[in-house]
Amino acid sequence: MNPFLLFIQQLVNGLRVGSIYALVALGYTMVYGIIRLINFAHGDFIMVGGYTLAFTVPLMVAAGMPAWLAVVAAIITCAITGILVEKLAYSPVRRRGNRMSSLITAIAMSLLLENGAQVLFGANPRGVGTLFTLPNIGVFSGTTLLTIVLGALVMIALQLFVNKTKMGRGMRAVSEDKEAATLMGVHVNRTIAITFAVGSALAAVASLMYCAQYNQVTTTMGSMLGLKAFVAAVLGGIGVVPGAMLGGILIGVVESLSKAYIGTLTGGVITSAFSDAIVFAILIVVLLVKPAGILGSNAGEKV
Amino acid sequence: MLTVKDIHVSYGAIHAIKGVSLTVNDGEIVSLIGANGAGKTTILHTISGLLRASSGSIDYNGTDLAKVHPSKIINLGMAHVPEGRHVFTRMTVEENLRMGAFISNNPAKVSENIDRSYQRFPRLAERRKQFAGTLSGGEQQMLAMARALMTDPRIVLMDEPSMGLSPLLVKEVFSIIKSLHEAGITVLLVEQNAKMALSIADRAYVLETGHIAMEGRAADLLNDDKVRQAYLGA
Repeated sequence: MNPFLLFIQQLVNGLRVGSIYALVALGYTMVYGIIRLINFAHGDFIMVGGYTLAFTVPLMVAAGMPAWLAVVAAIITCAITGILVEKLAYSPVRRRGNRMSSLITAIAMSLLLENGAQVLFGANPRGVGTLFTLPNIGVFSGTTLLTIVLGALVMIALQLFVNKTKMGRGMRAVSEDKEAATLMGVHVNRTIAITFAVGSALAAVASLMYCAQYNQVTTTMGSMLGLKAFVAAVLGGIGVVPGAMLGGILIGVVESLSKAYIGTLTGGVITSAFSDAIVFAILIVVLLVKPAGILGSNAGEKV
Repeated sequence: MLTVKDIHVSYGAIHAIKGVSLTVNDGEIVSLIGANGAGKTTILHTISGLLRASSGSIDYNGTDLAKVHPSKIINLGMAHVPEGRHVFTRMTVEENLRMGAFISNNPAKVSENIDRSYQRFPRLAERRKQFAGTLSGGEQQMLAMARALMTDPRIVLMDEPSMGLSPLLVKEVFSIIKSLHEAGITVLLVEQNAKMALSIADRAYVLETGHIAMEGRAADLLNDDKVRQAYLGA
């Protein structure tokens, strides 16, 4: 194949993976922005979405509807899961404990979801079935292009939601100053719950993209994906919505290109198996140079 | 209009407010003065629901405020300009004003009130697209006041509006408070600058470590020897 075309293909693949990372990273960054908590269970929300798809896709097909419409069920399930996790675990701990207790609770929640899913659904992967049947366009698969377009649309919608709607303004107000937001009439706890719902819904869309590519789900599918998305959120500047998008896309592209080229570039010394290591090395370097992340700033933090 | 009756407020083991009662009548400026740590801010926070009293009652035009969710207080026509301004630094001036009208569902009225804010505070009009975090302390105070007025409140609780401002700006802030008063808005003013506070208030309360030490007409307190010695530096 023409080397230039191959490069473009790898780049597009990177954008596809990056879109998934970005959507998941948004969930991390929105929750962090509003309650300063790294929601370690967020990656597992993708798994919740994935299993919802695995169970509802056959129902959709049986009912004669397009399989991808199952994403509606995944979005609803994930949003409810997010709200429940916040209301049952994080919120009570936050009111009584310190930030460390909240963090430990988040890790516990992640383990609970993963192991709970394993008890319920077993450790074997489960097939999801075909979500989309799209023609290839040139050398690009239809699913890949759809993922990128869908990712872009969701991110634009989110930006509009956060910046232009009343609810979005309320979220930004709560993220900056809960007392002042309350005085303006913003219901803080409700706003936090909505943030969880929106972040989790994004994870559901990410699970659709993931399943469209790999066609199967496992109970641990969210852990590595979640970890890389978390890296993306930190890389872009945690708490900053455009930062998560940028970080996600960047990590996806770097990962895809390093998988394709690192072996040849280093004469086989570093193989493509190191692509994850490269992703994390980039994180370390960026944080050394700019601790707040690419788009993050310390100026907003009040003293 | 507002009747606070024998409230007690604690932060954990610290009993900060020990039985405070006060009233604010329609159209008055009432000042609450006292030293740092006397509990002035705590009282305002308790009225607007950010803190809850362990006992006592707060009645606002017949509504028991202890039963109102803190985010609903503003719907009753009560606005609070918090100590230290608390503007949203990562929002523009205009977005801050829109936040002030968060509860409003009438965009035309919101735009009208934004225009009115710009007439009242011309400096804010110049900086409408600027992030509030880049404003000076005085401008932030103006913004915090303008934001609180976005819902056309009947009563405004003001917490240390003169804090950290130059004498010139302090004068300006107080003249704005006077003009609000003239427009029929009731004001409960907490101030460490006792002299200024007493000079514009109708009545005042002197708070000492969690209880009311003195109360009366502001003009009388201004001439009271004890008050002069303790709070006016004379």
